[in-house]
This record gives sequence, structure tokens and C-alpha cells, in this order.
Amino acid sequence: MTDLQPLWNWFRWLYETHGIKLTIFYDAFDRARFFNGFLTSLWLMALCIVASVIIGIVGAWIQGSRSRFLQALMEGYIQFFRNTPPLVQLYFFYFALGSYLRMTSPSGIEVPIITNFTWAVICLSLYAGAFNVEIFRAGIEAVPKETAEAAEALGYNRLGAYLHVILPLAFRISLPALNNNLVNLVKTTTIAYAIAVPEMLYVANQIWSDELNVTEMMNVLLIIYVALVGAVVYVMGRWERAMLIPGYTP
Amino acid sequence: MTQSVAGSVAERTDLPVLKPFRLTAAPRLGLPFTAQHGVLLVGALALAVFVGEAEAGPGVPSIPATLLKWTPLLAQGFALNIAMSMLAMAIGTVLGLAVGLGLISLKWPVRASSWLVTQFFRNAPWLVLLFYCVLLMPFEVRIGGVIVPLPGWLKATAGLALPVMANVAELVRGAVRSIPSGQWEAAEALAFTRGQTLRLVILPQCVKRMMPPWMNLYAIVVVATPLTSIVGVSEAMTLTGDILSSEGRSDLLVPMYLYLLTWFFLYCYPIARATVAVERRFAVR
Repeated sequence: MTDLQPLWNWFRWLYETHGIKLTIFYDAFDRARFFNGFLTSLWLMALCIVASVIIGIVGAWIQGSRSRFLQALMEGYIQFFRNTPPLVQLYFFYFALGSYLRMTSPSGIEVPIITNFTWAVICLSLYAGAFNVEIFRAGIEAVPKETAEAAEALGYNRLGAYLHVILPLAFRISLPALNNNLVNLVKTTTIAYAIAVPEMLYVANQIWSDELNVTEMMNVLLIIYVALVGAVVYVMGRWERAMLIPGYTP
Repeated sequence: MTQSVAGSVAERTDLPVLKPFRLTAAPRLGLPFTAQHGVLLVGALALAVFVGEAEAGPGVPSIPATLLKWTPLLAQGFALNIAMSMLAMAIGTVLGLAVGLGLISLKWPVRASSWLVTQFFRNAPWLVLLFYCVLLMPFEVRIGGVIVPLPGWLKATAGLALPVMANVAELVRGAVRSIPSGQWEAAEALAFTRGQTLRLVILPQCVKRMMPPWMNLYAIVVVATPLTSIVGVSEAMTLTGDILSSEGRSDLLVPMYLYLLTWFFLYCYPIARATVAVERRFAVR
């Protein structure tokens, strides 16, 4: 950290001469909490992406099952999460359901069993997962029926054919739509702010309340988010092009 | 005799050609509400009301009565949600059309700047843009000697309109690109200028293709409006919080939020169904 001191000093000089107050660089306390917020955001995004993709894969499998009950359940889940605001879902999970899931700690204070960070991960994963199920379902429908039949002829059972034959193909077909949704998810993680998860937006809000540098922090936030999402878009775009099935581009 | 033979053939076959001709009503466009799908939500609401009822002590008003009491206020807030979503959609669409046409412009500076605007507003989180607009826009503007106040909800609407603009711009670009190049060449052969080709040939065809994703975008804008509660607009979400704190009953938490979710569901679900219907109707056969 010591070798970065001149850089921090430059930001202090920027403030003293031009009045651009970027405390997140030259103030050690603000720097630490902003960096933590940044890491929390990244962690939140990573967990939600992984969980929502898993929900999508499992959900698409359930949707293709023969049980009418499971299908109806899946349909209900998808329609509910797709047609209601994610923020209201988050409030519902955290305030409404969270109020029932409480236990008394040894010191006699009531503490929630599930923390706000975990609620944010659960809620955002379920929200993005609902879209992912539909995306994977579309991908599975695009896999030729003959392929599935060929797998069946080779003695695969339904799960085996799904995991080894259909899903790898469907995944490649649905990758563009999946990318779109994951980018959306990355952006939606900011709503975790509403239940006080200390992610970047929340920390930035704390900092601008303390330091009264709303404009600077706003611009920093916007630039970081655009850069972060830009990086995701770039990486996923590269992957998407690498995974294109020749002759299958819609 | 032939009738019975045809009948028996029609019974044995599943080929549509061999079925007797029957006039059926044309498929309806606006999809009615099938009870099947709303049942889950209403069921959850009923369960929550029931559980809350069981928990509630004697002497307090019942939960349905309480929900009913606050319904007019909630409706007011919800009306603001709808108004904001529609206004944001209108502003965003008009601006987005302009930016989208910029994206396919032949002049590279126009194209590059439109690309930058689109990418920037498409990739920035909605909430950050909302904060940006609400906190950094002035609370009133002076146009000529007239002071025009800018209330919070209007600034929030502007914040919602920006990402809508970027998304509509992408829709326009995608739709124009999806028109076969033969259309352009045919128009050129008829001596249409580029502007005429766009206005008279290309864009009318784009409207059809843009309709389903545009409706989808509207549904997304509707479910994004509760975000404005974070920046202090008193819409349905904020009012729900206010109602809960004024009632001060923990048994009301689940039914109240489920009630609010139901409102959004009832508004958005028909849009989702209609989108599917429009898509099916406009599909290229």
C-alpha cells in the first residue's frame, strides 16, 4: 500500500486545488469501506449468477418432467417472479418472511436467522432464475427431437440424456439470451441497497452523507458500474462467439 | 352414406385434411384472465390472511378489513406507479427512436455518439441512474421568468426514461437490421431516397417486429417503478411501508406485501399474455 501513497496524495492535491472531493482515494477509512462495498457487490453478483443459472437448469428439467403437479408449480413460480417487482419481492422476503424467521440469541436479543445479504442472494437468484428457466426451456425446445431420440436409443435415461446430450446443446443455443439476463441481474444487485446490504451503492450513500460529495460519488458509481457491466458484456460476448454452433445461429 | 363414411374416416385419422370442415371463431387477441394462473397468488394471499388471522389477538380489526380500509390509498399510489411507467415509456420511446435512427445513420460521428449513449444507459444500473437524476437535477427550473417546479416523481420518471431510451434504440436497430436487404434494394430501384425508404418502407415493417419486445420492456418498466420509493417518491411501495408503520401490527406484514405483489401481478400478467398473443399474431408464417 505504501507505494500507492503518491497516487493518494495526487487525489488530495486534486481536492485542495480543484475541489474535486474523492475521499475514497486519499482517506484511508473511506477507501477501506468503499473497497469492502466493491467486494461485497462482486460477491453478491457472483453468487447470484451461479445460483440463478443452477435454478434455471434444474427448473428447465422440472418443466420437462411428466408430473403435471411439478409443471404447474414451476409455471406458478415463473409467472410470479417475472410479473412482480424485484424490489417488492425483496421487501416481502426480508421484512415479511424474515420477521417470522427469528431466534433468540444467548444474550436474549432477537436476531434474524437469515441475514440481509443472504436474503438478497436468495431473492435475486429466484428472480433471475425465473427468467433463466424460460431461457433454458427455449434452448431445449430448439434442440432437434431426433437428438433426444438418438440419446434414448443409446440407452440414456431422461436425466442422463438431459445432462449429457440436451443441456450442452441447449446451453450453447440459449447463451445469448442468458447473457442478456445475467447482465440484467448484475445491474439489479443494486436493489440490495434497500435492505441495507453494504454493497457499493449503499456504501457510496454513506460516504456522500458523511463527506457531502454527492456529485463526485455519483460519477464514481456510474463509471464503476458501467465499467463492471461492460467487462461482463465483453467477456460473455467473447464466450458467446466462441460457443456459437455453426449453422445454428437464429 | 358418404356423410357417414367421411365421418368414420375423420374419426380414425388425425390428418387435418380429412377432418370435416368446421368454421371456428378466429383466435382472440386480448387474452382473458385464466383463473389457473392467478390462483397461486390469491391462494398465498388467502393463506397469509388466514395465518395472520389466527395469530391476531381479540379486539383488533380483521386483516381483510384492514386491507380493504387501505385499498383507496394504495390505489392512489399504484396510479402514480402506472403514470410514471407510462410517462417514462413515452419519453423513452420518442428519444429512443431518435437515438436508434442515429445508430443506423450513415454519418459516423452520429453513429458513434448514438452508440456511446446507448451502451452507457443500457449498461448502467437503473437504481444508480435514478439516484443520479433525483439527486442531481434541480428541484425547479426557470424558463424565461417562469419557475417550473420539478417534483421528485417527475425526476424519477426522467431517471427511468433514460434506460428505456437506450433499450428502445437497440430495439429499433435490431428491427431495422432484421428487414431483408431486398427491401432496401427494391426501394432504391423505385428511386426512393434513404429517408423515404426508411419512412415509407422499412419503419412500417419494423413496428410489427418491435411490438412484442416493446411491450415486454413496458412490463419491465412497471416492475421497476417501485425503485423510486428508495429515492423518496410516495408510490405504492412507499405507502405500503407507511401503512405498515401506522398500523404497527407484525401480523399484517406478509398479507400487506402479498397484497401489493398481487396488484402488480394483476397489472403485468395480462401484458405478458398479450405480448405472447401479439408475437404469435405478428409471427412470419
